[in-house]
Amino acid sequence: MQPLTLGRLFLRCGMLLLILFVTVVIALKLGAVQVSLYGLGRDLIRVLLRQSSGLSTDYGMIVVDIRLPRILLAIVVGASLSVAGASFQALLRNPLADPFVLGVSSGAAVGSVLALIIENQLALSPAFAGLLTPLGAFLGAAITIAGVYVLGRRDGQIDSTTLLLGGVITASFLSAIIMFLMSTLAGGNLRGASYWLMGSLSTVPPGSLVYLLWIGFLIAAGVIYTTASDLNLLLSGEQEAMHLGVDVSRVRIVVYLAASILTGLAVSVSGTIAYVGLLVPHAMRMIFGTDHRMLLPASALGGAIALVMADTVARTVVAPSELSVGAVTAIVGAPFFIYLLRRRLP
Amino acid sequence: MSSPSRSPSGDQPRSGAEARLSVEQASYAYLPNPSQAPSFTLEALSFQAKPGEIVAILGPNASGKSTLLQLISGALEPLSGRVTLSGFATHSLAPKTRAQRIALVQQESRLLFPSRVWEFVLQGRHAHGSGVRFESEDDLTIVKNALAQVHAEHLIELWMDKISGGEKQRVILARALAQQPLLLLLDEPTLHLDIGAQVDLLDSLRRLAAENRYTVVVVTHELSLAGEYADQIVLMQKGKCLRVGPPASVYQRDLLEQVFQAPLSVEMTSSGRPRVTLLAKD
Repeated sequence: MQPLTLGRLFLRCGMLLLILFVTVVIALKLGAVQVSLYGLGRDLIRVLLRQSSGLSTDYGMIVVDIRLPRILLAIVVGASLSVAGASFQALLRNPLADPFVLGVSSGAAVGSVLALIIENQLALSPAFAGLLTPLGAFLGAAITIAGVYVLGRRDGQIDSTTLLLGGVITASFLSAIIMFLMSTLAGGNLRGASYWLMGSLSTVPPGSLVYLLWIGFLIAAGVIYTTASDLNLLLSGEQEAMHLGVDVSRVRIVVYLAASILTGLAVSVSGTIAYVGLLVPHAMRMIFGTDHRMLLPASALGGAIALVMADTVARTVVAPSELSVGAVTAIVGAPFFIYLLRRRLP
Repeated sequence: MSSPSRSPSGDQPRSGAEARLSVEQASYAYLPNPSQAPSFTLEALSFQAKPGEIVAILGPNASGKSTLLQLISGALEPLSGRVTLSGFATHSLAPKTRAQRIALVQQESRLLFPSRVWEFVLQGRHAHGSGVRFESEDDLTIVKNALAQVHAEHLIELWMDKISGGEKQRVILARALAQQPLLLLLDEPTLHLDIGAQVDLLDSLRRLAAENRYTVVVVTHELSLAGEYADQIVLMQKGKCLRVGPPASVYQRDLLEQVFQAPLSVEMTSSGRPRVTLLAKD
């Protein structure tokens, strides 16, 4: 008997944090412009000491002003998508649930595009307009998960096959809507269709939105974490969880909303990056087990590591051009999905 | 609702509440569509059970046994009448409070991801904590004791999907014991067990009810086992309660033959319990 203790939780998270740090350093070093590890270390320390003015070299500028913000964005997006995926998997009792597979990411993308169109039409001030996109993305995500949930219900029970099919069909329908909106209403700042359909971290949003992203992530992930013990019991089914003392309807609504916020925030700044929310929680489950008190923070850190890696690959393999990060995650994620499908579903 | 009945019962291990279950004219109807007639109706019925007592809800399939158990567990709200435990309506209790007082052992526990036996039994402690909690030494001791009570302590490190049906049923019972309930409900606990495992399980139940002063309610269609182990029988047929009473008074040949649609014989043993033998139809 080795139950999870606070000490063990911190130790494991510390190890993941260390891996994340190493990944970030490597990601900072790799790129179209060569950077020496020595210069990198020196500049990082200066940034940490808030002496940015002391940065003398050209690559210091590249590293701190271009690569670092992009990596920080990858961290928060990867963490958000993974925590959302782990939450959906527990709530829907479906190991294949993930924001992308369920169509929730596509819903958030449609919400973002609609918000951008409205911003263009109304010519809103940039500060206000910046808030409208994540709000639209959240609403898109929340409405989609509600719709897919209804689609997946049969005789009052969630049917996992119907749910997945409903999600996949919803995703393809919403992708078509994105294409339609792109070709009919495209305005100046809508970005390309491939951005929304495949995802990209190449456009780092303005500072205020990045703060919103981090605050939103910390609050939503924190709220989900308060239900970690409840999610453990929900794995045995809603009826059983209720008899063991879980307030099922409260947990369900709280976690759906929080996971929709996470998905919406991530998609509003990076488009639909596929399979992160599926792959990472599974990998973490294989390493750390199914206890959500461990799984949720592990997924957050693991998602950050995975997306920083994927984005580094995306911007280096065909340098000086770059791939969509969603293409990288899909190349790894789709075969993994097939593997899980063959293994889990009867 | 009302205040708990305070009785000076010395045999109750949990202070402040007597685990008396009271079903008073409780009825229920499944209404799949509000404009149509209910698809199933459970007619009003009443019975009471004391601490340490085993009640068997007995009847053929579709007699309303499981619906009655859901009413007692508080998962369903009675259409009329009420179900109270120690004076509190079971349906009105908050989920956590309810799980501290009522444990339900269902036919099958399906797990999405495999877990170890001790992790599974630890789930029973959920209702006794709040928010995100980390298990205390007490919790672990309670888990070990619960497994020991059902003679399953040797399974503690095994995976749930690697143990036999009988072992699994005992582990599920251990999880219910870890809840430290006043009322223990079991839905067809012997369904997938062979005869030896059935007797083991029911012997454990009788011992646990006596030792821990649980009130136990078992849903079953096992006529002979119910007659052997229950203190009270609630005999059900097609949503109606036909009889309530000790086995010796409920087990009448004509009545049972009519309810179960099978020829059988009933004889009284020296212990005062009825013994039922099924006869071949010819």
